[in-house]
Amino acid sequence: MANSPKPSHILVLGATSAIAIGVMRPLAEQGASFYLVARNPEKLKAVASDLETRGASAVFTCVMDLDDTAVHEAMLAEAAGKLETIDLALIAHGILGDQEHDQASFAATEAILHTNFLSAVSLITWLANYFESTHQGTLAVISSVAGDRGRKSNYVYGASKGALNIFLEGVRNRIDRSGVHVLTIKPGFVATPMTAHVPQNALFAHPAAVGRGILKAIEKRKDVAYVPPIWALIMLVIRSIPEAIFKKLNL
Amino acid sequence: MPRNPQPKFESPKFESWGRYPKLEADLIPLSWTTDFPLPQPPATKILPVGAGRSYGDVCLLEHGTLLKTRGLDRFLHFDPATGILRCEAGVTLAEILDFAVPRGFFLPVTPGTKYVTVGGAIANDIHGKNHHIAGTFGSHVLRFELVRSDGARFECSPTENADWFAATISGMGLTGLITWVEIRLRPIVSRKIQYKGTKFVGIDEFVALSKASAHTEYTVAWIDCVAIGNNFARGIFMQGDHSTQPEPLNRSKEPWLTLPLDVPEFALNKFSIGLFNTLYYNKQLGKEKTGLVDYEPFFYPLDSLLHWNRMYGKSGLLQFQCVLPWEDGNQMGIINILKAITASGLASFLAVIKVFGDVPSPGMLSFPAPGITLALDFPIRAEVSFDLLHRLASITQEHGGRMYPAKDARMTADQFQAFYPQWRSFAKYIDPLFDSAFWQRVTTRG
Repeated sequence: MANSPKPSHILVLGATSAIAIGVMRPLAEQGASFYLVARNPEKLKAVASDLETRGASAVFTCVMDLDDTAVHEAMLAEAAGKLETIDLALIAHGILGDQEHDQASFAATEAILHTNFLSAVSLITWLANYFESTHQGTLAVISSVAGDRGRKSNYVYGASKGALNIFLEGVRNRIDRSGVHVLTIKPGFVATPMTAHVPQNALFAHPAAVGRGILKAIEKRKDVAYVPPIWALIMLVIRSIPEAIFKKLNL
Repeated sequence: MPRNPQPKFESPKFESWGRYPKLEADLIPLSWTTDFPLPQPPATKILPVGAGRSYGDVCLLEHGTLLKTRGLDRFLHFDPATGILRCEAGVTLAEILDFAVPRGFFLPVTPGTKYVTVGGAIANDIHGKNHHIAGTFGSHVLRFELVRSDGARFECSPTENADWFAATISGMGLTGLITWVEIRLRPIVSRKIQYKGTKFVGIDEFVALSKASAHTEYTVAWIDCVAIGNNFARGIFMQGDHSTQPEPLNRSKEPWLTLPLDVPEFALNKFSIGLFNTLYYNKQLGKEKTGLVDYEPFFYPLDSLLHWNRMYGKSGLLQFQCVLPWEDGNQMGIINILKAITASGLASFLAVIKVFGDVPSPGMLSFPAPGITLALDFPIRAEVSFDLLHRLASITQEHGGRMYPAKDARMTADQFQAFYPQWRSFAKYIDPLFDSAFWQRVTTRG
């Protein structure tokens, strides 16, 4: 398959995510322009300054809580206007939650499903239509290996990502024929602020390395990318365990 | 995010580059300059740490909380007209070089490794091969932000909050957290260094070479600490200037060679090091050798082997660096130190000698001073290594010199307080919640 040209007009939802920063920095060095959306104005400003200093040709910012789906449409239209065209949209926002707390509370579970799944669905719906009508572009969404199987240690988070994977599969099936690339990104453990409280082991990858892996998957027009690639093998094994055995495991 | 409020004091262990001493601490990674003060302050004392490339215990705090600053890795502004760069404090010098070299700029001062953070470079007021011309790293710092544990934020420069500026440069991280830094880079037109290596035998010849090359930007010498008799204090004097011949300014390639395991501790001994030294000394056949070399092997020969500190086995290594003022006639202090080493039977693998200039350091506790500096490292061999280091510290003291905290794990409180009599006035600037293993060690008798 032919490689895609490097994206140069980039929309990032959840732009203060460490993985998103790993994706954006190499693109900034090549002079890309960005529209960045994040909740925290101070963090967003630091990320924008970093990208500008590294060589981004333009950086637009928008402070917004993406949980508020009612304002998505106006924001996305503004992004498409400011960037003139969007050739890469990266959805990177999400929360890990706290399984023990979430499993005891539907409200907490609902909040995670809302942020990780429903708010992403709202963005994907608009972006899929935008890309379909422009017959180009990459829609890259950060999901997780946790969406591949339900485990007692994080199935609330896992379910939000698993639902996202299926939704993206359907969108891909619909708009691939229009020349749109839909990429489901499944990172394994990454050393980011989201996982800072988890004891780190040798499987934890640096966000910069994960970012490079995602850029390669964009370039090669992959459908699903495990990053780092070792996770494709690990999850192949995990997925192949029969449920009768899996349910007894402590995972 | 839920965080265990109780300190864990366990894995992952944070080690300094010397891997001695081994002290357990809780680790909190910082990702944003606004992360400090912490929303839930720990019950222990705090110490910010950068890349952990200092050797002894200045970056350690037993049963304390280490704030890891590597996540503060953003560039904030660069002006190509002036070379002034503003970046967060966890950015490494390697990252600055990757950014600056393709734009025609270089670090104003660089140590022997590029894997230190800019915050750590300020906290230890590091120096490099151009000290005799450029002074310390702190001389090129224009301003930085210091955040105290009570939430106070100071912008410090030589004219604004000047006392905090002076206390924080060389302040070993004790005065608060440095969040961002502004430094002035220097222009270059090529990656290359015009190099000259000259063999010498004896300290007098080293001093003569140093004086003759006072206008060369970078000078340093490797010295053989094992050879005795006619070869005593033989070495290779290395000097260089940035090439003025314009050439493509590409970014460096990432190193791929890593020392994967701890080398057994018997591997480094007087005989293997003596053999290495003889081979290294004779690698250059003639008295003089000149050429154009890339800056990477010139400044960072060891950085190409990641984790080279594993060469010393898991027990680690001891560093020793002193500066001794000029003496009339023979430089007896340096000669006595070299004699003490050969007499001990221990060998130093990486021995470096250099003349410091008289550019004043901006930091209150800055190490460099006019004279000759000698940097050595030793494997840890029971009491033999400790006895030798104590002897070397005594010689340093007898000759009016001082030792470098960033490379020390052994100096006593008496020795430190004699080397740095200004320590009491510095202590007033220490953040009440901050502490370090080094500071505890050198002030217990204060």
